[in-house]
Amino acid sequence: MAVSVNEAVPAGPVRDRTPPARRVAGGRGRSVLEVVLLAVLAVVMLFPVLWMIETSIKENRDVYAVPAKFIDFQVTLAHYRDVFVAPGGGRSALSVAFLNSVLVAGVSTVLATLLGVPAAWAYSRFTLKAKKDQLFFILSTRFMPPVVVVIPIFLMYRTAGLIDTPLGLILIYTAFNLPFTIWMMKGFVDEVPPEYEEAAMLDGHTRLQAFRKYTLPLLVPGIAATAVFALIFSWNEFVFAVFLTSSDSVRTAPPAIAGLIGGTTVDWGLVAASSVVFALPVLLFAYLVRKHLVAGVTLGAVRR
Amino acid sequence: MSDAVPLTTDSSGQVATVTPPARGRSRRLSDRKLAVAFITPALLLLLAMSVFPLLWALYLSFTDYSATRGGSAGFVWFENYIAVLTSAQVHLRALTTLIYVVGAVALQTVLGFTIAYLISRRTHGRGLLTTLFLVPMMLSPVVVGLFWRFMLDAQFGVVNSMLGSLGLEQVEWLTRQRTALASLIVVDTWQWTPFIMLIALAGLTAVPRYLYEAASIDRASEWFKFRTITLPLVWPLLLIAVLFRSIEAFRLFDLVYILTSGGPGVSTETLSFHVYKVAFLGFNTGTASAYGILMVVVVIVLTQLYLRYLNKLKED
Repeated sequence: MAVSVNEAVPAGPVRDRTPPARRVAGGRGRSVLEVVLLAVLAVVMLFPVLWMIETSIKENRDVYAVPAKFIDFQVTLAHYRDVFVAPGGGRSALSVAFLNSVLVAGVSTVLATLLGVPAAWAYSRFTLKAKKDQLFFILSTRFMPPVVVVIPIFLMYRTAGLIDTPLGLILIYTAFNLPFTIWMMKGFVDEVPPEYEEAAMLDGHTRLQAFRKYTLPLLVPGIAATAVFALIFSWNEFVFAVFLTSSDSVRTAPPAIAGLIGGTTVDWGLVAASSVVFALPVLLFAYLVRKHLVAGVTLGAVRR
Repeated sequence: MSDAVPLTTDSSGQVATVTPPARGRSRRLSDRKLAVAFITPALLLLLAMSVFPLLWALYLSFTDYSATRGGSAGFVWFENYIAVLTSAQVHLRALTTLIYVVGAVALQTVLGFTIAYLISRRTHGRGLLTTLFLVPMMLSPVVVGLFWRFMLDAQFGVVNSMLGSLGLEQVEWLTRQRTALASLIVVDTWQWTPFIMLIALAGLTAVPRYLYEAASIDRASEWFKFRTITLPLVWPLLLIAVLFRSIEAFRLFDLVYILTSGGPGVSTETLSFHVYKVAFLGFNTGTASAYGILMVVVVIVLTQLYLRYLNKLKED
């Protein structure tokens, strides 16, 4: 491929006499090809996102236009209004679902952080029996197929009266984020030298005081990044939400948005607008933690 | 509680270092207590919310229990397992899942690595490019599934509209048996190519520059450099990503549920989706539990493979 491009680039008669010049010309042709390929791939990957944003601001008749309208459409914010305001005025079911999502994702993230950070510190600092096995066991709970786990959880919740309650979702999301929090935070704790704590203990602090006064402040950026990932995971979660809740007042946003396509006619403008509203905070948060993305998306298993 | 012991030992340590062994021992003791106090709550929650449900499912898998019929569960030994393992329906879903997992992960790996390789060769705008490419991965499967359903709609979907303006034939993406599974693979690839790209990029940027420079001095071809330097150094990390994605694809449920609901017919029913149907539409809780436990066994094997490999990589 590179060769043919190289020959296609008019490098002049110099080409044959001086190899270095030829190499530069070949490099440039190849480089142009690479840029073009990259641009094409970027357009393909980003087009659906752009199309979603475009659909969310289109008038209804333009949404269903055949052939599709790319540029010349009527702009409207009606779909965004419909996301938050019910047809007869007042709060829409979707906006309630968004509030539920904020509650469930927020509380479960706080709980997972409160439980996970101390555990991660303990796993990082102390020699424990079968530590590696314990850590692997913890991570493997996260890999269980949600559809399989949800069957006994459903029966458990039915007995305990936790079906269709925010508490039920919060509990399962906390358990679901805990393995991630422990693995991710262990990486951050490992990066703080234990000597800080040992020095503090020589000064008369207890181990716990040393952790709180010297290590914990250094962990704050790591805790923030970990919490943001936990927040994204719970925010996006669908399987548990759809099986463990049913009423509009408890349902979180993912099943509520999915519920928009249940009827005979689908208001795709509304689906697009609510998807944009739903995805924006995630993208914003993901941008904030972009430095830790590799560790975050591999559940803390791979670190640069 | 842990305060009392170290306080006395600390003072004795400060006054004089007469008894260092005693101090060390008591500190280690309180360390142990602290470790237990810090780890136990987390482990208890995991035991209650992950292990206990699985054990319950294991028990149910040996019974003929049905969540709707209620009543007591009759013990049927391995009947459910035999029924699941010998069912032609299950074999078909296993094949669908296999095609889906292999197809999607292979496509993602090739595309993701290509994008990562192309980005790693740029000197400008790498950060911006990476950020843009990562967008699909951060979206919820619900958003991804819904939106592709709209784009692939046979009547007013933008994909068919573009095919039409190119003078090509319209395709019923989600309502024909063969194209539906292909569509599922394409959508999953769209969402998760960034994942492979991200990890491959981490591997590619970690390759020491001097290796390429040394190869350039020897006038090695680009292909030779790629084959002998880039690939061997990035491969271990790439394999981690591939294994991770395979596990995720194997247990995938939400995208199928939103995009095709298993249809048309059963052409896009994966194992996960079938378990859901047996459990929540057929209400054969016992059979569904056995089915689920068998899936868990597969996941555990894959996870063990993944974790062992990860561990080996970390030790090197």
